[in-house]
Amino acid sequence: MIFAAGAFVGPSIDWYKMSPALVLVAGALGLILVGALTPQWRKGAYGFVAAASAGAAAVLAGMLWANLGENGAPSTLIGDALSFDHFSLFATFTIAVATLLAILVTNDYLEREDEDGPEVYALILASSVGGVMMAQANDLIVLFLGLEILSLSFYLLVASNRNRAQSGEAGLKYFILGGFASAFFLYGVALVFGSTGSTNLTTIGTTLAGQHPGNHSALLLAGVAMLLVGFAFKVSLVPFHAWTPDVYQGAPTPITALMGSVGKVAAFAALLRVFTVALPSRADDWGPVVLVLAIATLLVGSVLAVIQTDVKRMLAYSSISHAGFILVGLEAASHISNADSSLGVSSAMAYLFVYGVLVVGTLAVVSLIAGKGDNATTLGAFNGLGKTNPVLALGMTVLLLAQAGVPTTSGFVAKFGIIRASVSVESYVLAVVAMLAAVIAAFLYLRIMVSMWLSEPASTERREVPTASDIAIAATVAVTLVVGFVPSALLDLAALIR
Amino acid sequence: MNALVVVPTTTWYLLLSAVLFTIGTVGVLVRRNPLVLFMCIELMLNAVNLSFVALGRRLADINGQTIVFFVLVVAAAEVVVGLGIIVSIMRRRNGVTVDDLAELKG
Repeated sequence: MIFAAGAFVGPSIDWYKMSPALVLVAGALGLILVGALTPQWRKGAYGFVAAASAGAAAVLAGMLWANLGENGAPSTLIGDALSFDHFSLFATFTIAVATLLAILVTNDYLEREDEDGPEVYALILASSVGGVMMAQANDLIVLFLGLEILSLSFYLLVASNRNRAQSGEAGLKYFILGGFASAFFLYGVALVFGSTGSTNLTTIGTTLAGQHPGNHSALLLAGVAMLLVGFAFKVSLVPFHAWTPDVYQGAPTPITALMGSVGKVAAFAALLRVFTVALPSRADDWGPVVLVLAIATLLVGSVLAVIQTDVKRMLAYSSISHAGFILVGLEAASHISNADSSLGVSSAMAYLFVYGVLVVGTLAVVSLIAGKGDNATTLGAFNGLGKTNPVLALGMTVLLLAQAGVPTTSGFVAKFGIIRASVSVESYVLAVVAMLAAVIAAFLYLRIMVSMWLSEPASTERREVPTASDIAIAATVAVTLVVGFVPSALLDLAALIR
Repeated sequence: MNALVVVPTTTWYLLLSAVLFTIGTVGVLVRRNPLVLFMCIELMLNAVNLSFVALGRRLADINGQTIVFFVLVVAAAEVVVGLGIIVSIMRRRNGVTVDDLAELKG
């Protein structure tokens, strides 16, 4: 109780351990404030500041990870509000790297559309802060605030291209459905708070573990269901996925990349933490629900992806299918009596890193092809890319093969980890469905490759590839291949997450 | 003989909150004007606020009321963002309903 003590004593704040988030906040506020007070900066200067901020956050997260060491005990920051462990640092690092890559792509996009300015970058950094807060939150209210910071920035970013009607439409759709989902999530928080007396994840976990597992409080079950609905909207699980293709198609392409990487990583990290830290003792209640959601998401995502004609919509459905894969990891973690259940969380986090990098690289190529106006995203726009830009097409091919899960790419390592986790807790049905979905989804990536390599280009003119996008694509391809050939580079790190 | 005095309990407030939340949910699903959709979402958030206060009082926990202030700030920020998006679309065309926004499909 706050008023119990005579004098108010604030919680101690460990600035260094919070530094990744603080650097991102500083970047966002600095850009918007200084940017508003000074005349237009030189070309690329706004992007450089934003990229430096995201890069610094990634480096700081890496340094904190190194300091924590292999056996560092998890701790909490600011009076139990944030958690500080391998899980949160891994997610923070992933978010910072994805933000950095997305900023590089955004730089070229804004230059092409003649809209260079500080606002978009500030919002990207703000969404990244929200993502970090979600991934680190150890309290449902902090999690809600992080979710809203992330979502509100996304609504604006999606609607940010005022010259394109689709952008505004997507922004409004995302805003209405996102607000709807947030309300469900918040109601879930209220009901869980009512039945456990706390919003702190650790405290909820201890309270529930102390109760008899057969004690099915209606308030708690309703609360857990509402939380799951809120999360399902945010990470676009079937049947809460309807907004995803529209928003992914309507949003400016670099923003689609940001949503696919930062948005997914943050929301999944929060989902994993809430269900494995606060609610493991009720795993028998939510495990089967997650199983059904995972099967529906895997199959519907893969099948609908195949029949699309717009590449951004295809990638939207493919992201739904990938979300199903990550959910398989959560399902594996729900078998708490099995000693291997911790594999579920670490494999899901490894998948999130791999997918977060892949999706930015893939959409960076799509953003180049989309051209001025950001509209040429049909499958036909990719025709003959192998003839006009062989190197770019080769990079895209590697990224698509990785998304399909072909061996010697990072996608295979990630998918293998998930299936292994699922099999080792004897969840065979889900493992089989996941592999089936991967096969169906492979067809979609092959369609894009066929149009790149086997179709004739509309014009034989070579497309210009701006430097920043070039760096982003090269970096993502490099990560994809390195993780593919040396899986232990990623898996040894992910194995520390428990 | 006792007069029939009905004292509202926490359950009443929770039920009222659930009813308000449901009205908001149904509103989002059936209405077509973006501004009304928007009001329905605000209604849902405020229904949750009522739950927080009622539950906080039942648990004798001040946090239930503290949380409401956070939610109010979030709701206010949401209004700013939402109205900004709606205005930018309205400038493009007049009298828009969400059914008119149907360029994105497939």
